[in-house]
Amino acid sequence: MIEVRDVRKSFGSQAVLKGASLQIKAGEAVVIIGRSGGGKSVLLKHLIGLLPPDQGSVLVGGADLAQMTERQLLQVRRRFGMLFQTAALFDSLNVFENVSFVLRREGRHSAAEIRSLVADALARVELSGIEEKLPSELSGGMRKRVGLARAIIYKPEILLYDEPTTGLDPIAGDRIDRLIRRVWEQLNVTSIAVTHDMKSARTISNRILMLHEGTIYADGKTEEILDSKDPILHRFVNGISTIGIGNV
Amino acid sequence: MTPILQRISSSLRELGDLFLLVGDVFASFRHRRPSWGDFLYQLHFIGVKSQSVVITTGAATGMVLCAQTYFQFHKVKMDTATGAVVSVGMSSELGPVLAALMISGRVGAAMAAELGTMKVTEQIDALRTLAAHPVDTLVMPRVLASLVSAPLLTAEAVIVGITASWMIGVKLLGIDSAYYLVNMNRYTNPVDVISGLIKSLFFGAIIALISCYKGLNCRGGAEGVGRATTEAVVAASITILVSNFFLTLLLTRFFKG
Repeated sequence: MIEVRDVRKSFGSQAVLKGASLQIKAGEAVVIIGRSGGGKSVLLKHLIGLLPPDQGSVLVGGADLAQMTERQLLQVRRRFGMLFQTAALFDSLNVFENVSFVLRREGRHSAAEIRSLVADALARVELSGIEEKLPSELSGGMRKRVGLARAIIYKPEILLYDEPTTGLDPIAGDRIDRLIRRVWEQLNVTSIAVTHDMKSARTISNRILMLHEGTIYADGKTEEILDSKDPILHRFVNGISTIGIGNV
Repeated sequence: MTPILQRISSSLRELGDLFLLVGDVFASFRHRRPSWGDFLYQLHFIGVKSQSVVITTGAATGMVLCAQTYFQFHKVKMDTATGAVVSVGMSSELGPVLAALMISGRVGAAMAAELGTMKVTEQIDALRTLAAHPVDTLVMPRVLASLVSAPLLTAEAVIVGITASWMIGVKLLGIDSAYYLVNMNRYTNPVDVISGLIKSLFFGAIIALISCYKGLNCRGGAEGVGRATTEAVVAASITILVSNFFLTLLLTRFFKG
């Protein structure tokens, strides 16, 4: 369904992706792990055509995103939903207007249908009855859940999550993880998340890819990766730095 | 590459990107009908809310232009020509330019800041993931509203300026009202008014396009938004002043041969 072939991306003199390649099949729940600043979010943005690769190609259903114009990409993006690290809600619109954005824009549903679909989407993320609130009135966890409602309301085939639990307390983070898992199971979508939260990775994935030094270093089932004895994987998964305590 | 060449290359790249944005706006008209809600919101923001600034500018300019013209013309006994000078000056040059500069300061800065903040908080990327083209959703309503508002605000500034100059000239400086108005009518051609309004259309487009461009290409956090806002106002103001000269030549040649 999604194939990344030898993608390279630099920002100025800093090479972020140095030939990353991967394949994701329909229905998988994949998590991409890696160090902060290691290019996970950059890779995720390549999957939906928000960033063009310097070299290589990104294929979605066989179509190469790198060869498309922004307007052609809009058609492909209709198959995706994305939850941003900061939720990226439109701060001038209330929750109803945010969640219903795509439906109102497409104009294929009546006002009553839109209201009902928004209520369903908000109920799915356990936030019923907050339609009139502005994003500034919501907590970080609530914003992410509204972002998730906005992403699932038009029933996309692929859902992308950029650091879904970053900045949340453990309870709010767990709630988001469970919602992501539930959405994957109930809506039969392909789920792709980037995170460095191993607890989250264990909950929301059935396959993990590790991005290390600009390439995919490891690829395997969740348990295999999390229990791996490979030194780089083991250190990352268990959060072990190379600095000795006595040296600090 | 030397710093000067880098600067030139960067400016040319920005100019090229700006022309691409103009192309995207035209493409946007082909691909998508403008949203009336967004257009009316922007029309209110640009047109209605800019009135106090534009009226004040128009009145102040008309009054001071009248007073200065009168002081010079009085020496050669041409007091009654004051209205004509004010009218022609306000209609063809000062009205469009000063109204545009004020709109640029008030509206252009707000547009660049709003879009810049959306850019750095990933709201623009969110729009794109929701299959909405930022030019269709954000730029087109602003350009359309600016194209409609700028000539109306300019006309308002000109009318207020001329009225204020009449009050100063007739009520304060003692010019005969009948001669003031007759000379004003005699020497102000419809072409002066039309070219002023045509200029204001260009200026409206310049303000919206440059401000949106700066906002959409904003980088960094709060500092980046501040920089984009400043650059938008400076670039739009300079473009208005420079293009006014060329527009004056072009329109004079077109209308007067």
